Amino acid sequence: MAMTSFAADAADERDRGGPQQPLLTVTDLRKYFPIRGGVLGRTVAHVRAVDGVSFTVRKGETLGIVGESGCGKSTVARLLMRLVDPDAGEQVFDGEAVGEQGGISVAQMRRQVQMVFQDSASSLNPRMPVQNSIAFGPVAFGARRADAVAMARELLTKVGLNPVLFGGRYPHELSGGQKQRINIARALALKPRMIILDEAVSALDKSVEAQVLNLLQALKRELNLTYVFISHDLGVVRWISDRVMVMYLGEVVEIGPADAIYTGPKHPYTRALLASRPALDPDQRREEAPVSGDPPNPVNPPSGCRFHTRCPHAEPVCSARAPSLGDATGFGHLAACHMQDAGSGHTAASVLQ
Amino acid sequence: MTAPLVEVENLSVNFVTRESNVTAVNGVSFTMMPGEVMCMLGESGSGKSVTMRALMRLLPEKRSVITGGIRIAGQDVQAMNDRALRQMRGATVSMIFQEPMTAFDPVVRVGDQIAEVVALHRGVSHKAGRRRALDLFDLVRIPSAERRLDAYPHELSGGLRQRAMIALALSCEPKLLLADEPTTALDATVQIQVLILLRKLQQEMGMSVIFVTHDLGVAAEIADRVAVMYAGRIVETGPVRDLLRTPLHPYTAGLLASTVHDQPRDRDLETIPGAPPDMRRLPPGCSFAPRCPKVGGDCLLTVPPPVSPAPGRVARCLRVPAAQPEFA
Repeated sequence: MAMTSFAADAADERDRGGPQQPLLTVTDLRKYFPIRGGVLGRTVAHVRAVDGVSFTVRKGETLGIVGESGCGKSTVARLLMRLVDPDAGEQVFDGEAVGEQGGISVAQMRRQVQMVFQDSASSLNPRMPVQNSIAFGPVAFGARRADAVAMARELLTKVGLNPVLFGGRYPHELSGGQKQRINIARALALKPRMIILDEAVSALDKSVEAQVLNLLQALKRELNLTYVFISHDLGVVRWISDRVMVMYLGEVVEIGPADAIYTGPKHPYTRALLASRPALDPDQRREEAPVSGDPPNPVNPPSGCRFHTRCPHAEPVCSARAPSLGDATGFGHLAACHMQDAGSGHTAASVLQ
Repeated sequence: MTAPLVEVENLSVNFVTRESNVTAVNGVSFTMMPGEVMCMLGESGSGKSVTMRALMRLLPEKRSVITGGIRIAGQDVQAMNDRALRQMRGATVSMIFQEPMTAFDPVVRVGDQIAEVVALHRGVSHKAGRRRALDLFDLVRIPSAERRLDAYPHELSGGLRQRAMIALALSCEPKLLLADEPTTALDATVQIQVLILLRKLQQEMGMSVIFVTHDLGVAAEIADRVAVMYAGRIVETGPVRDLLRTPLHPYTAGLLASTVHDQPRDRDLETIPGAPPDMRRLPPGCSFAPRCPKVGGDCLLTVPPPVSPAPGRVARCLRVPAAQPEFA
């Protein structure tokens, strides 16, 4: 029966390590983009887009990644998909090292990890009916065209679009919300285990955003998916995520369970980010901005803790030494801040312990 | 009684192309008193930016048909010739945009761009204009202002560039500032800085501001009054507190309910079903009727007239009772 082919199997035959094995573990991921200049086009500097990022995603959970522009969250997404090659770092997918001898190949990994981008229009082929766009992946992996299109129409139903009305349409005949539903259907076409959503709802109107978020949650439950959800919208990330990772200038500054991060943020940057949200209540307007200035340029990031130039608690130790996050591959609530480290030499450190 | 600064009466804007005729703004009326901050709240395509551009006559003349009345500071904007328009823009009304990079000339130093505006409107020398630019950079709290005057737009960060554009807009002390999503492209920690700055400057200078946004939180931070736009019409206006606490129009209520803000995670978000209408084929009655939970047969017949159930509050919905008799 065609309709049941997308139901989550009780035991996924692709599951290697069992429920305790994290679906994805990333260790010390780095990507420096070269800046070329001068007559000879030599590399004159590097944008340190992702600088030593480690985290773990458990099976069936949603990891939210938040941060401001230039913090490296989208580069992390592209590195996970190998749309750009990392300079350093190890990526383990369900117990198997990606792209290494004895591990899983990048192509095999991509069958199980799919991505949805922010710009719903430019990620669809304008000259292809949307059902063919959805069927493209399965055909490329060897499915018969008729079977792939039948499956695409089934997926259209799943994302809330009537295949009779929408299957033959071209992207320009659809609204932004409908196009994003198509992108989600296409991501599902290869029956992935993990979907990376890079600002997938950010370009949508508020009334449509809520619809797509509900759809993502329903699909996740039904198909046993694992999400990495990247967004600058703190409200949306809290609603959808089990755990949240906060990035600043290419580094992870805090990671932990969503509620712990939102109710008890440990890093001054996370606190500032949360306090910068507009209040939604005219009687609680902010009088003072939590931090001043813009995020610095990731070409020459500040020494030590990268937030020290804007941090209200900065002390000499903060510019001298970079704080460590500790074991980021665990599941606790961690923050890379000298005030959280008793032996760091920061005057507020002992008070907090 | 002071005279209103802005009076817009039954404003409609049609964009005419060979294939279609789109009514982007459809009978919008509002008045604003001096010193008031009004937020135009609406989703993309609701006509909020087009209304702003109509106020400054920035729409392409050949392809847009504007009807209705626009009076700013007692002058009929529709009747102005090019010379009068040049005088009004910058001096009486000025505008800031979402993307300051495209609003500045990329090959002229920002200080010189501000000096040029001041010299033109005030009839002073370029040098005096530069001095004014320095004062303005201090006013908008740009650090190391003197050095930043010599910067080109691309050399400034997003937040500084937006501050520089605010300085440019305020250079001739306009009575009305039109702000078209000026914080949407900014990072969260920078957005709140710019919002607080704009609020302080508005209070210090006593100017009126029309602030276009799609973000309820931004409206809550800055507005005195909110006008909610849907499909080219203002569907509800009211003081910001009342409107956010007890929305009258089902669209406003739906927008509030579907904005993600600390809702419980185990439950689905409330949504407005469907999508905004195609502006080329608007439904005959209330434009929101196809998505409305309170829709009835009467909604599809005529466009609902404005009703005012409380002083200062107006909604265009047949389901909102006019609790108090309306005084003209």
